[in-house]
Amino acid sequence: MDRMRVALQVTCVNDAMFPDTGRAVVTLLERLGVEVEFPAAQTCCGQPMINTGYLDEAVPVVRTFASAFAGYDAVVTPSGSCAGSARHQHRMLAERAGDAALAEAVTELGPKVYELSEFLVDVLGVTDVGASFPHRVTYHPTCHSLRLLGVGDRPRRLLEAVRGLELVDLPAAEECCGFGGTFAMKNADVSVAMGADKARHVRGTEADVLVAGDNSCLMHIGGVLSRQRSGVRVLHLAEVLAATEGSP
Amino acid sequence: MTATFVGMPAFPIAARAALADTQLRHNLTHATHTIRDKRARVVGEVADWEELRQAGADLKDAALLDLARHLEQLEESLTSGGAVVHWASDAAEACRIVADVAKAHGADEVVKVKSMATQEIGLNEALAAEGIAAWETDLAELIVQLGDDLPSHILVPAIHRNRAEIREIFRSRMGASGRPAPDDLTDDPVELANAARLHLREKFLRAKVGVSGANFAVAETGTLVVVESEGNGRMCLTLPEVLVSVVGIEKVVPTFADLDVFLRLLPRSSTGERMNPYTSMWHGVTPGDGPQEVHVVLLDNGRTRALADRVGRQALRCIRCSACLNVCPVYERVGGHAYGSVYPGPIGAILNPLLRGVGDDAQVDSLPYASTLCGACYEVCPVKIDIPSVLVELRAQVVDARRGRRRPKAEAVAMRSAAWTFSDARRLARAERGSGLIGRWLTRLARLPGPGARWTSARDLPTPPRESFRAWWRRTRESGS
Repeated sequence: MDRMRVALQVTCVNDAMFPDTGRAVVTLLERLGVEVEFPAAQTCCGQPMINTGYLDEAVPVVRTFASAFAGYDAVVTPSGSCAGSARHQHRMLAERAGDAALAEAVTELGPKVYELSEFLVDVLGVTDVGASFPHRVTYHPTCHSLRLLGVGDRPRRLLEAVRGLELVDLPAAEECCGFGGTFAMKNADVSVAMGADKARHVRGTEADVLVAGDNSCLMHIGGVLSRQRSGVRVLHLAEVLAATEGSP
Repeated sequence: MTATFVGMPAFPIAARAALADTQLRHNLTHATHTIRDKRARVVGEVADWEELRQAGADLKDAALLDLARHLEQLEESLTSGGAVVHWASDAAEACRIVADVAKAHGADEVVKVKSMATQEIGLNEALAAEGIAAWETDLAELIVQLGDDLPSHILVPAIHRNRAEIREIFRSRMGASGRPAPDDLTDDPVELANAARLHLREKFLRAKVGVSGANFAVAETGTLVVVESEGNGRMCLTLPEVLVSVVGIEKVVPTFADLDVFLRLLPRSSTGERMNPYTSMWHGVTPGDGPQEVHVVLLDNGRTRALADRVGRQALRCIRCSACLNVCPVYERVGGHAYGSVYPGPIGAILNPLLRGVGDDAQVDSLPYASTLCGACYEVCPVKIDIPSVLVELRAQVVDARRGRRRPKAEAVAMRSAAWTFSDARRLARAERGSGLIGRWLTRLARLPGPGARWTSARDLPTPPRESFRAWWRRTRESGS
């Protein structure tokens, strides 16, 4: 069989704010024998515009997405939300814009876009990725990975196989953290109230590290935890899975 | 004298006020979690729940697809059963019809079955203006009415009240509209229910006109259905001489057999019961039994507008169970009043804009944004309304309605410039080269009042990295290595 062509969709948030997460995905995939490419033409999935209602504005962004990743066998992204947008929103957007060619392109591309844990478990067939992370960890399942993609217990299975990692249950884990994209600004008071409840549950676990598969949600929860001087670190799943014995 | 939703501020402002009410948050958390857990338990018992949901969605879609025909059939069945059918295109028309019926019988009061349609059209206020008192007989609606309050939940409109508050309302207000509460009333639920029972009973026995809505209207047989827990609804449906039912046109189902699906979906989703205690069904007039004059007002009030919305029309499948309210993390924290409508929560955030249209009222336009799009509502909806997708569609309609205004909002400018940057990776790379600068600027902005403070009032911002991922990749992977 020909070697699978795998592209990393790093996401705009990770590109600009959390490059360590992108680097962790590269480290992890290369350790598992996957040659991963970074198509330089990529930008953003369009979700910030789509979810705020700026659909016309999002169309050229989605066009850029579709052409940047055309031809790859798999597109891996460390974000349940961006994978969700590619799989569940792009087609609607293209059809609404009356762009048949784009609709066809994203319909073909959509199923090839994988959130990181899906790619590891379903495509590579691994749950033990050879990681070591000797810390007390709790895991927040982000809404879009949970309900839009249905990643189920894949992230937990990956975490359970990490050496030295003590995984503690997060109470009310499936409840939204309150980020919600521009919701965090438009309805800042409700967003913070939800974030504060999430932070309270996290602190109750006495974990050292809160792990999730989406840095946007972590930026929000982490922002609350940091303001509270809680001492709890937030870390993307990819960075935990990339960590090995002796790595910082 | 009567509380009203008219003139409510936009959602973010109303939500801020609600969040400050710690008693409200306590009441809501307790109540929503109790119903939420109950629902999950009884839904978990049904092996084919997903098939049942799909059947419910399909039946409603089929009914809506051919709505005109089903409504004509319903009118025919109702008429042949002895009911008088009225058509109302809006709230004012519907209220007028009900008031005229009451007046024709010289009634200065009506007893009411809990009904969302009559709340939606503001019937109580319209009747009051004509000198007719409308008595709510559902326990929770009674609490809201006596407290000169507004409903905050579809199923349990007084969910924002606790027992102690209800005792106070009963003691101070019951006497003004009938039999007073006993002086030694405590906040024991049984005592509170007994006080309500005695207060209501004299109204049931006295009223000449009953007013209801309907959960379902069967086109084939002309059967109207009311699903309830207390039996107070059945009192209103059977004791008065005259019955007027205000029924949204989307309540029609084609056949009697269709009820099989909905009567299984509704109680489990709504009260978390396997079967609700009282299901009343009637068609027209039965000589010598129950009301001898039966009117049915078929209400549009924006429903055909919603039906014309390609994405939004699925909201008309709604059977008013409230499951989406009970699981919504936003509703749980702010309660129903912040939505400024008798339809609060996720379903209200789509139903109000669909019924009323967007672009005219800032309060209505704020509702599609009153959600994180977490998807919990879609997961529990018994008729599979994809609320997150409808919210996004309505946000687009709000944005589109504002296009071409002379002064675009700062948000529109920001979104346009972001889209411009994201349309071409070279533009994005250029923007990111200045990200160190952006970071310093953000930190400064965070200390100032204004939009930045919306993030930083309670959340720290991470320190931006010195190098973007893109720049790192180019430096380490592409520069000749």
